[in-house]
Amino acid sequence: MKLLKLVPENTNLDFMRWRNVALVLSLIATVASISYTVYRGLNLGVDFVGGQLIRVSFAQPIDVEQLRSKVDSLHLGDASISEFGGPKTFQIRLPKPAGNASANAVATRVKQEVEKDYPGARIESVDTVSGKVSEELADNSALAIALAMIGIAIYIWFRFEWQFGVGALLTLAHDIAMTLGFFAFTRLQVDLNVVAAFLTIVGYSLNDTVVIYDRIREDLRKYRKMAILQLINLSLNETLARTVVTSLTVLIALGVLMLIGPEVIFGLAIAIFLGVLIGTYSSIYISAPVLVWLGVKPDSFLKSDEEKAAEAEPA
Amino acid sequence: MLDFPRWKVTLLWLVVAVGILLSIPSLIAGTPYAGSWPRWMPQYKINLGLDLAGGSHLLLEADSADALKQRLQSMEDAVQTELRRDPRIDVGDVSTAGGRISFMVRNPTQVDAAVERLRTLTKPVALTGNRDWDVQVVDSTRIVLTPSPSGTAQALKDAMSVARDVVRRRIDPGGTKEITVVTEGDNRVLVEVPGVENPDELKKLIGQTARLEFKLVDLSANPADAQQGRAPPGSQVLPMADGRGFIVVKRRVMVSGDQLTDAKQSFDQNGQPDIDITFNTAGARRFGRVTQENVNKPFAIILDDKVLSAPNINEPILGGRAQISGSFTVQSAHDLAVSLSSGKLPVKLNVIEERSIGPDLGKDSIHKGALASAVGVAAVMIFMLVTYGRFGVYANIALIVNAFLILGVMAMFNATLTLPGIAGFILTIGAAVDANVLINERIREEIRRGRRLLDAVETGYREAMRAIFDANVTHVISAAIMAYFGSGPVRGFAVVLLIGVVTSVFTAVYFTRMLVALWIRRARPRALHI
Repeated sequence: MKLLKLVPENTNLDFMRWRNVALVLSLIATVASISYTVYRGLNLGVDFVGGQLIRVSFAQPIDVEQLRSKVDSLHLGDASISEFGGPKTFQIRLPKPAGNASANAVATRVKQEVEKDYPGARIESVDTVSGKVSEELADNSALAIALAMIGIAIYIWFRFEWQFGVGALLTLAHDIAMTLGFFAFTRLQVDLNVVAAFLTIVGYSLNDTVVIYDRIREDLRKYRKMAILQLINLSLNETLARTVVTSLTVLIALGVLMLIGPEVIFGLAIAIFLGVLIGTYSSIYISAPVLVWLGVKPDSFLKSDEEKAAEAEPA
Repeated sequence: MLDFPRWKVTLLWLVVAVGILLSIPSLIAGTPYAGSWPRWMPQYKINLGLDLAGGSHLLLEADSADALKQRLQSMEDAVQTELRRDPRIDVGDVSTAGGRISFMVRNPTQVDAAVERLRTLTKPVALTGNRDWDVQVVDSTRIVLTPSPSGTAQALKDAMSVARDVVRRRIDPGGTKEITVVTEGDNRVLVEVPGVENPDELKKLIGQTARLEFKLVDLSANPADAQQGRAPPGSQVLPMADGRGFIVVKRRVMVSGDQLTDAKQSFDQNGQPDIDITFNTAGARRFGRVTQENVNKPFAIILDDKVLSAPNINEPILGGRAQISGSFTVQSAHDLAVSLSSGKLPVKLNVIEERSIGPDLGKDSIHKGALASAVGVAAVMIFMLVTYGRFGVYANIALIVNAFLILGVMAMFNATLTLPGIAGFILTIGAAVDANVLINERIREEIRRGRRLLDAVETGYREAMRAIFDANVTHVISAAIMAYFGSGPVRGFAVVLLIGVVTSVFTAVYFTRMLVALWIRRARPRALHI
């Protein structure tokens, strides 16, 4: 059997030649992404702003405008209705009711209205989140993402050198910023599942970076005389086949989940899919060049080995 | 490195076999084969999260103002009871303004004795050296009891654990349902009830504090004052439960719901729903004595500070049994009976988060999730096969074993599978082959460099190990943070990722290495087709 080789043997692509162009592009994209997110805001779900989310599935396809006017006639505040996974399933989103105790009463009225006017309609799920809980969830999510980024950067610093830790942190910041921009642009709803996806990206988009860093460290020890740009190119080429194959397997699995998996976790799946895609790019064009700018040299590791040996010896 | 002694091979296969055995009960659950799994085999099963099984999730928060009020009230009762005991100490009106209990001692020579006796009512707070109430003398005759902060904190903690038990008894009086009731943080209770799609029923049961009190009606009160909300000293104005007016009652509690042993919904002689209650011995004695002393006077039956009814005491009630009537329906009488017999909630609970999921949505999700998993795994396996040939087959065997192991470990720990957990499962499958990709690419590389077969395989596994380790540690860091901060479904996702990291390193590194070693030993290949 002839085996598939997506990446030919002994490639010798000059990745680092484009590093400044790539940097400028990445920088522009990151800044644009962050400013767009700040300007447009994210489409935050009830998990983070409070309110109610009611998912209804109908027996037949229905007229959205009719449903909208019916819900509006209940005078429950600004309701938004959107299709959810098919022409027969909709989600109705309602703002936080003004009073405290009436939150459930609102859901009950919508339920009654829907069940009365649309025979065979089924309430699939109801989420009610108070303002207090949603604030906590938002704070905790932001804190968790920040902690995960810092924790991983510290680990990389600990296992490699400080330059690698900085590289990992910048890579993560880039990946998260780009994914946020995507969510701001597509208006996909950001709920707790999407935050889980962001945390996953923090772990998985760094996968390629870790593998490439490991190879750079190995080559730094092996080829002491090689210029750093040439050495990084060598490491990138050596790991290229693995980068491509692994990213593809993960993307295949996630692509299947996105296309035929449950609708409720579409946001989660697409976020991780995107994160892996961006992570593959940034492991080559952000993680690696950062090492050049931060002055990693062949003796970066050797020196630290000597220092450790010196520390170990009693004075 | 490729040297695998027999015991190691046996051990690895044993782990795999146990993993598969553990996963089977979860896989066949809900299918017609569920009954044919032998009884003597392991029965561990994975729980389905609410988002898959359908059900209701309620997050309740204690109303801390109400907690303080209730604590103040019960301390006031205790103080009054203590001071009336022989030798009696006469005091002026007891005030509870400002969250403190304060009163004058009429006879100045009794102040020290009063302080002494009240101190016995306070308790030390564990680990702090403080007592839960500070007893002080102000202006030589006024005694003031102030709750100490550590006492208040401890009381809230105790109240929460009682509240948790009460909530559980109310939702599940028989103790047979698979419900989750746990305290969260300082002042919250999380309730998860699978299969209950409409949480309104639950909220009705939990919503009532169910503090039942019997108090004498104060006939001396001026009705006009009562309308203004003013009551004579030692009395209070309470609203009627049906909203029709107010009634003035003595502050002193005759008997309270704490002294009930049972409450049942029943019917009175007119066929109206009512509740039969039974007092415990102490309660029965006290109820008997008070009714004896107050024949022909009305008393009020008070629930959560609202008067249900105020019947006349026609004769002493000595048997320890009584009926509570009010304008009940059969359902509301039944709910109240359940609430009364499960005990009062030590603190009022408010719903701050509520989620309910219908059973069909969950079934649909499981169906789609299982399909996506199967298709995803198949696609990844085909890709691995065409890329690495024989080594791809080994990676694929490891992949399948890994899937079983994840399920097996989850079953063993009785972990909960949630909808995001399914995504975690697919992600783990996709990412688990990364270890094999790293190893196989490295072997290819070493062969290209001209190493001999055995040497190349050995170096491939050894050199790839570092990157595999570091990459997995980063996954563990993010998954652990997610498990710590996440709630419900998200935590389910993190748990699958954590388990998946461990099992995938086992299968992708150790298990495939054994398969490769056994093959090399058996076939003694000259060249490697990879």
